[in-house]
Amino acid sequence: MTVAPERARAGRGVDPVPPARRPPWRDRLDRWDTRYTPYLVVAPFFVVFGVFGLYPLLYTAWVSLHDWQLVDGAERFVGLANYAELLSDENFWNALVNTISLFLLSTVPQLLAALGLAALLDRGLRGRSFWRAGVLLPNVISVAAVALVFAQLFGRDFGVVNSLLGLVGIDPVDWRAETWASHLAISSMVVWRWTGYNALIYLAAMQSVPKDTYESAMLDGASRWRVFWSITVPSIRPTILFTVVVSTIGGMQLFVEPQLFDPGGTATGTGGNDRQFQTLVMYLYEKGFRLFDAGYSSAIAWMLFLLVLVVALVNFALTRRIASKG
Amino acid sequence: MTTAVARRRSASRFSVANAGPFTYALLVVVLVASVFPLYYSFLIASKDNSALGEAVPSLVPGGNLVANLARVFDTVDFWLAMQNSLVVAGTVAISNVVLGTLAGFAFARLRFRGRDSLFLVVVGTAMVPTQLGVVPLYMLMSDLDWYGTLQAVVVPALIGSFSVFWMRQACEESVPYELVEAARVDGCGVLRTFWHVAFPAVRPQAAVMGMFTFMTAWNDFFWPLIVLDPNDSPTVQVALSALASGYYTDYSLMLSGASLAVLPVVAIFVLLARQVVGGIMQGAVKG
Repeated sequence: MTVAPERARAGRGVDPVPPARRPPWRDRLDRWDTRYTPYLVVAPFFVVFGVFGLYPLLYTAWVSLHDWQLVDGAERFVGLANYAELLSDENFWNALVNTISLFLLSTVPQLLAALGLAALLDRGLRGRSFWRAGVLLPNVISVAAVALVFAQLFGRDFGVVNSLLGLVGIDPVDWRAETWASHLAISSMVVWRWTGYNALIYLAAMQSVPKDTYESAMLDGASRWRVFWSITVPSIRPTILFTVVVSTIGGMQLFVEPQLFDPGGTATGTGGNDRQFQTLVMYLYEKGFRLFDAGYSSAIAWMLFLLVLVVALVNFALTRRIASKG
Repeated sequence: MTTAVARRRSASRFSVANAGPFTYALLVVVLVASVFPLYYSFLIASKDNSALGEAVPSLVPGGNLVANLARVFDTVDFWLAMQNSLVVAGTVAISNVVLGTLAGFAFARLRFRGRDSLFLVVVGTAMVPTQLGVVPLYMLMSDLDWYGTLQAVVVPALIGSFSVFWMRQACEESVPYELVEAARVDGCGVLRTFWHVAFPAVRPQAAVMGMFTFMTAWNDFFWPLIVLDPNDSPTVQVALSALASGYYTDYSLMLSGASLAVLPVVAIFVLLARQVVGGIMQGAVKG
């Protein structure tokens, strides 16, 4: 597709207008066009992001320093009082622990499973597109629909999971009432929805690893397992880092899955009777949009933001170390 | 790529690591696990609630689908919700394609001062969790008198960093500099060059991206839940949560609604699976 400008013009059979004969206003228009149109076409992004992304985020900080009702507006400036209150708020700590627990329970198995699945998909397969599409299917389903289906599957009295457990002689589990059980159930939704997606991302990276590296290692007598951990995984390190950071940000903001896991609790958003699966975003939602305490809710938002940053950085450092040891 | 090339390539991969029956067996298990919850929701949607009491539920659909769907439409205005979702997702998809491709083209193929640093800002914004600004965003929407209206959902999503990033990559791959310059020398302005030279070249990537943004907008829940009135005319996902609330959990009602809500997205996916999968694979950060 490399056509020299001259040939392109000749090919079209149109004589270029000699610059000298063009009216001067056209030249000015041209220069204006070249200089300013680029800014014009990238502007919408910056306007939309500024107004609906950055401004609200910064304004959250301002709101969090006030006693502020969602509908009535600011009552008075209280400085860091909201934050101080947060630190002694049992429900906040509970939500924090739940968030971290759910994050670990969903991210670790999900990424490991994705790595394994990608290795399977990386072998010479018949009907490649079919398998790839199949593993991605869960990801295109809306979280709301997924949560409702899983809420049924994990029902106490008539749920499929308990029925299956009953077949092997295990007593029914009350998936909503118990902390651990509810966390397992909610994590399974996340794992179900995202494993295939991450597997495809890993697969894309694996396919750009040169195949002769594998061949020579195999010739040297390395087992397939050994090749996978010593060659494949280290070669796709940047991709693994990427997925770890992305799923960290996603995991810290878990909302819909736990919110809809308890269908009756949607109205209150407390995540079970004893808040056993209330996450930070759920708590933010409860405070801000159920109890209309905008100031407090904004303080939660900023704490969450800091938490996301810290966990992402820790993850980043950890993954780097582990991956470079391989 | 011709099929012959594809076949030769897969043949050479075969010699390194071919898939045995064990691989296929595992993949079948994964596939069943992927499809089962979906099938299950259609299953429950076709039964009446008393059938849920069976210890091991039968995997054969019942005959109550129509009755359950009718109940969905009685409980919430589901047609209106579908319509609203269609308007929201359609507008967001078209706007992201147009604005994203324009911006992507500018970042890839036009020269202007500050181009690289502006693009860095675009990439950086992807890390900003906009979800956390919901409280002021809600206030902004009430100040604008947009609470409960579709534009409150549409306008913030008109253009996202993902679209700009994606289309810039597409332009770098598919729009040669020479072609752009030739058009300019011929007297095309920036916009005409875009429309006649760049856009036709990146149409496939733009289509994939449009589909992604459509699906994402269709599936969005958190923000619509906050800014739309669940009892008035929300999007499909919010209407679903309205079906789920209440003291008595009516599973066949809930899952009938859920099945209906996933139908358009699954239909799109099944029709265009190859492109969607290719899109995800392309978007990955290569190792």
